[in-house]
Amino acid sequence: MKSLYPPPMDLSRRRFVHGLALGGTVAALGLLRPSKAWALASAGQPATLSGTDFALDIAETMVNYTGRPRVATTVNGGIPGPTLRWKEGTTVTLRVTNRLRVPTSIHWHGIILPFREDGVPGISFPGIAPGETFTYRFPVRQSGTYWYHSHSRFQEQTGLYGSLVIDPAGPERNPSDRDYVVMLNDWSDASPEHIFATLKRQSDYYNFAQPTAPEFFRDVRDRGLRQALAERKMWNQMRMNPTDLSDVSGYTYTYLMNGTAPAGNWTGLFKPGEKVRLRFINGSAMTIFDVRIPGLKMTVISADGQDVAPVPVDEFRISVAETYDVLVEPQEDRAFTIFAQSIDRTGYARGTLAPRIGMEATVPAMDPRMPVSMVDMMGAMAQGSAGHGDMQGMSGMTGMQGMTGMQDMTGMDMSGMAAAAAPVVRHARTEYHNPGVDMHVDMPRTNLDDPGTGLRDNGRRVLTYADLHTLGGSIDKREPSREIELHLTGNMERYMWSFDGVKFSDATPVHFRSGERLRVVLVNDTMMNHPIHLHGMWSELESPDGKFQVRKHTINVQPAQRITYGVSADNLGRWAYHCHMLYHMEAGMFREVVVS
Amino acid sequence: MNMPRRDDLIVPHRSALLAALLLAFPLAVMAQSAPPASGTSSTDMSSMPGMEHGSMSGMPTPAAPSSTAKPATKTPVKKAKKKPVPAPATSAPSPMNGAEGMDHSAMPGMDHDSMQGMQKPANPAASTTTTGDMSGMDHGSMTGMSPEAMKGMDHAGMAGMDHGAMSQKDQSGMAGMGAMSGMTMGPMQGGSPPPDARSPDYSDGVGYGSMQGMDMADNTPLGMLLIDQLEAFHGRDANGQAWEAEGWYGNDTNKLWIRTEGERSRGKLDDGGLEAFWNHSIATYWGTQLGARQDFGEGPKRTWAAFGVQGLAPYWFELEATAYVGAGGRTAARLRAEYELLFTQRLILQPEAEINLYGKDDPLRRIGSGVSDVQFGLRLRYEIHRQFAPYIGVSWVRRVGTTADYARQDHEPVLDRQIVAGVRFWF
Repeated sequence: MKSLYPPPMDLSRRRFVHGLALGGTVAALGLLRPSKAWALASAGQPATLSGTDFALDIAETMVNYTGRPRVATTVNGGIPGPTLRWKEGTTVTLRVTNRLRVPTSIHWHGIILPFREDGVPGISFPGIAPGETFTYRFPVRQSGTYWYHSHSRFQEQTGLYGSLVIDPAGPERNPSDRDYVVMLNDWSDASPEHIFATLKRQSDYYNFAQPTAPEFFRDVRDRGLRQALAERKMWNQMRMNPTDLSDVSGYTYTYLMNGTAPAGNWTGLFKPGEKVRLRFINGSAMTIFDVRIPGLKMTVISADGQDVAPVPVDEFRISVAETYDVLVEPQEDRAFTIFAQSIDRTGYARGTLAPRIGMEATVPAMDPRMPVSMVDMMGAMAQGSAGHGDMQGMSGMTGMQGMTGMQDMTGMDMSGMAAAAAPVVRHARTEYHNPGVDMHVDMPRTNLDDPGTGLRDNGRRVLTYADLHTLGGSIDKREPSREIELHLTGNMERYMWSFDGVKFSDATPVHFRSGERLRVVLVNDTMMNHPIHLHGMWSELESPDGKFQVRKHTINVQPAQRITYGVSADNLGRWAYHCHMLYHMEAGMFREVVVS
Repeated sequence: MNMPRRDDLIVPHRSALLAALLLAFPLAVMAQSAPPASGTSSTDMSSMPGMEHGSMSGMPTPAAPSSTAKPATKTPVKKAKKKPVPAPATSAPSPMNGAEGMDHSAMPGMDHDSMQGMQKPANPAASTTTTGDMSGMDHGSMTGMSPEAMKGMDHAGMAGMDHGAMSQKDQSGMAGMGAMSGMTMGPMQGGSPPPDARSPDYSDGVGYGSMQGMDMADNTPLGMLLIDQLEAFHGRDANGQAWEAEGWYGNDTNKLWIRTEGERSRGKLDDGGLEAFWNHSIATYWGTQLGARQDFGEGPKRTWAAFGVQGLAPYWFELEATAYVGAGGRTAARLRAEYELLFTQRLILQPEAEINLYGKDDPLRRIGSGVSDVQFGLRLRYEIHRQFAPYIGVSWVRRVGTTADYARQDHEPVLDRQIVAGVRFWF
């Protein structure tokens, strides 16, 4: 209640969004010295710990990102916590001590390990009680970029996260001259419990881009009454909001790059001509970022720690909990801005690649906020497609006024849609007569080559899942013996989130039979993105025609999209399976998976 | 709660009125979801795929076949909600003009014909991707998909304003709903599970382990208190203060819900009420209210059992309909509708309408049977903060029928217009 009535938008708001130049943890000043282990570190470089034995202390630390001191939960006093550098083939031991007054935990995100080491309270272990030290020990059987975070309540929102970098046992496939972790986070001065309660009380609380009457009248003037009404009709009838891109926005968030607010300008150094590897990790609670480095082509070489066939891009969208490694080769002796704008364009994280410390490049303006389109609501129904022949019955089509309102469609790339035959969608019984479900998509789209709202047709080469091909193919070539279909459901108005309309506390576990290869089918019956994370086993995303595409630990399912992925149930035990939007997860978009 | 007399804008048929009103509720729903005035005939509805017939359940002459959900009763999560997409101007209803509020012109552009006969309305734009085709398609699908409009209590709040006109429309709207066959698509909202709906249970009988420590927030009870109006009013005859507030505590499904409103003038409490409900979520945007109401203020205090529905209708109307049963065979009903029109992200106009009905005269509280009063308010607030907004506004209260007669006897105004100023806040 203290910050119930902060001042309205004004100068302090500016400071709020851009943060303080010297923000971050007090201890951060101590981290400025170069870390010898790897990479020539520069200002704000997170501490790096390497080896096989690690002692991690979880404690409260004072931080100040906006001019108001706040208490954060940190690992070894830093936001983010130290980068842990492991080596494939070793066994690591991590002694985690809880110096908080509440239980805590650390989950090693994306690491394939025995389930007791997975760090999910109530599933893999009882959590780490205050004052206790818990020792994790497990073999490292993979390499790449991952991260760790608390799996207790909302601690992840308050700073309890850090990066994992695992060097391969053999030679590095993509050697580089410099190697930086670029961790993206959303910081709020408000407590996450308060944010969650606020969303339950008024789910559009953080959305300050809502449609207004003047916009309506402007549309009437520009396009006519009929069209203006038509464009709003479905939204109004469904009581949903096309500007609802992110539940929590820059209104309360300050977006961080390596624990540094935009004004602090985290900087990674390079010498012109060097090959620089950037390990992007989205450690946010709720924010999807669109990342680019104006002036530099990025070559994506790894997704969720798994090497992929290199893809040169100008920009990529990184959903919550995903990681992407990119290579850049700046030739000029100048600075480049690393620009990560939030999906709802209410703020950005920003840093700089520069030959010398203190240099800056232009920070681009944020792109316009694009409302959710028909495709995002209705999937294939709205996806005009050249490949489908079902139009015969639609002779009445010409009668459809209001069609002119579909400008959203014009930017769509239709090319990839032709191949996919309309999949059969099977809704769960529990998705009906259910206050927790606000829509069903009967004809989801299945294409992977759509970068999503706000990135379509923006003139830049934007990464999509269709571009990602894991090198070496699937780890399990068997044809899946069965399918498990789950629908991502919610009610934005009530702020309820679930699978199949059933939230965690009302659900039964999902059983994977030990040794089986199965196909998980996810259909997004909501208008929001949901990054779905399966613990303990890989999710091998398939193309719309069922071919192996890319191996991931977190798969972002776009609105009204249907995706499928293979899972090999080869890791016995109990696992968490959930949407990685923190507040969606806590609201119940969560299942326990049992492999037995 | 005080109103004028000039023309009887509603002619109350006394006790019949109550029944009529309650009936009009589902009717209104249908009316609103009936096809638009924009040149499409009512038969258009027939082609809507997932049309929800459920809402027709309460209808006297439902031409509707099937069954689907039973949307006619639901309750929303009333939050300190901001309506996004502003409904068309015409649908920001003026309660004094119920018929207009119902005007379907708000929904032009709907043309359900196009959906006719579509077995698989999925893949439009057969060959080319010209903008024209595509957009056409989109809207087609849109309209096709929006039948959920049918399900809500849509705009029922306006029902009380003009039942006559409404039922007319309702009937016609209904007429076209018969021919729903042939569609394979379900509604995008609401609806009933298709015959092949699957189970959400993939457990194979495997249960949860005994591990402790899970601390999810998906059933944590929360609370909210919204002081929607705390204001001073300046009327023709009297000045005073008034309040209107509600609060809740509970989880997603079940909540304790409190509502209170009242006013005082000349230093004494004229009228007030406190209601307490068990609020149960029964549909996406609707919940039932079951509880009690206590009246206080001038005259004998009355206690009522109360039941009703509360929810968010299409086009973002917050609706409340509550029926009351008291001692001695007293009955009453209250209908309320509320809307929010955003001029900017912080400057918000909130129209609000309320109608009260009573089953029999209560001379001691100066209330007559039938419609007792109709109220309409317009409040313009500026949200300095999401949770704190001062406002100014104007409010009309018109007493009707016998209640108006009582007012005349008491030399009180039948119609009062009040200028109001106050604050709205919640936490």
